[in-house]
Amino acid sequence: MSAWVYKIALELGGKTLSLETTVEKVAVNLLRLAVTQLPRDVKEALQNGYREETSESGKTQLKAILDNIELAEKTQTPMCQDTGTIIFYVKAGADVKHLDRIENALFKATRTATKEVPLRPNAVDPFTQKNTGDNTGKHIPYVNWEIIPGDTIEITVLPKGGGSENVCVTRMLVPGEGIIGLKKFVIDSILKAGSKPCPPNILGVAIGGGADIAMKLAKSSLLRPLGKSNPNPEIAKLEQELLQAANSTGIGPMGLGGKTTVLGVNVEYAARHPASYPAAVAFNCWAARRASARIHSDLHVEYLTHEMR
Amino acid sequence: MTTYNLTTPVKEEDIRKLKANDVLYLTGTIVTARDQAHKRALQLFRDGKKLPINLEGLAVFHCGPIVKKDGDEWKVVAAGPTTSTRMDIFEDEFIKNFKARVIIGKGGMGSRTTEAMQKYGAIYGAFTGGAAVLAAKAIKSVKTVEWIDLGMPEALWIFETKDFGPLTVAIDSHGNNLFEDVRKTTEENRPAIYRRLGIRQ
Repeated sequence: MSAWVYKIALELGGKTLSLETTVEKVAVNLLRLAVTQLPRDVKEALQNGYREETSESGKTQLKAILDNIELAEKTQTPMCQDTGTIIFYVKAGADVKHLDRIENALFKATRTATKEVPLRPNAVDPFTQKNTGDNTGKHIPYVNWEIIPGDTIEITVLPKGGGSENVCVTRMLVPGEGIIGLKKFVIDSILKAGSKPCPPNILGVAIGGGADIAMKLAKSSLLRPLGKSNPNPEIAKLEQELLQAANSTGIGPMGLGGKTTVLGVNVEYAARHPASYPAAVAFNCWAARRASARIHSDLHVEYLTHEMR
Repeated sequence: MTTYNLTTPVKEEDIRKLKANDVLYLTGTIVTARDQAHKRALQLFRDGKKLPINLEGLAVFHCGPIVKKDGDEWKVVAAGPTTSTRMDIFEDEFIKNFKARVIIGKGGMGSRTTEAMQKYGAIYGAFTGGAAVLAAKAIKSVKTVEWIDLGMPEALWIFETKDFGPLTVAIDSHGNNLFEDVRKTTEENRPAIYRRLGIRQ
């Protein structure tokens, strides 16, 4: 091997090693930030809810939530004992080399964070019922990939609570009923869920594609910050309409009555098969945890949802 | 709405004073128990055996905490409530046999539990779901842990607490159930919501 080739290999080796290490370090930070500190938009929505809530028991619940958030942030402790199933969304720049090593780094980060933060071990083998103890298992943490132009890597973590996951629904609606059918499906899902998903919730709603595509879109829409509507004005109107409907059910914070049932509704869609009208509703609990960071080609890290202290 | 501070063991006459919508802060002994612990406790009772702790007048907490061992001592990191409806199949017998006076959880419980609470003098205190740090702050120490073979979330954790709360009295000992009231209200609201959204019934 000539000296020149050796040098390149060394540099490449050094670089891939540090990319992997950087991804791992960033993912541990993101997990810690996500479970200990809510993004500003969620915190503000909960504060607004508290100000506007008129039900006494609803107000008591929101006050406890706000006190809890403040304590969690101050003591760097998980805001909820259910630190969720760990889901990553990776936007990988097409020009980044060794993308195949990122998944391994994310698994390592999950194990480290489980010990260090700590996170509750939430990965159970569905056949043996054995908890793996480190939040990793078959397909978990789950990594959603998107290839984007350029040489940056954007990592988002969504630690998804079990209580709100248990009421997520996908249904194949009748195409002839159209949007009215969708509205009924959403409102019925909210009424059925009641107190179970730890309201006030954030709702991801999606139509079209197929059964899997609808739920995938509904769930990823939970990453959209509150107050940011769908750019399509018709869909934005539907989001507002569903939000108002949800907040007139009377379910209220923790299902104890009141008008703060849902903090935001995010609607997404895909084209559908002429015979199908797939629809999905994904619930997120008030502890709507998410954290993102962008890693640049020089390995400089930009935190997008939180301030790194 | 009245705010009460009670200390365990709680007497039946004190429990009877509490009304739905009141707020309670609890000081004293709180014991965690989820599905598996309820099952085992009732089996022991049927076998005529004793529980590792006398639950009379104490609080039972539907909770699977994150607990860390710090030297020889257990430290509670996070301890929010779990969904109580899963324990509905056990709780009436549990209240009848062990005389626990306060059941703490989230999401509410059904008519069987409500009837047992009325009959034997117990209440359901709703603790805010997910408010795990707030709960951990009021837990002053872990007295002991029993049945750790069931795993960290399912074991009986015996906590000493100071002003644990706020607990919203959601089921009182007079047959009132706030969650049931809210469910009725939401059903009454359904037709108007359908109308506004243009849904035919």
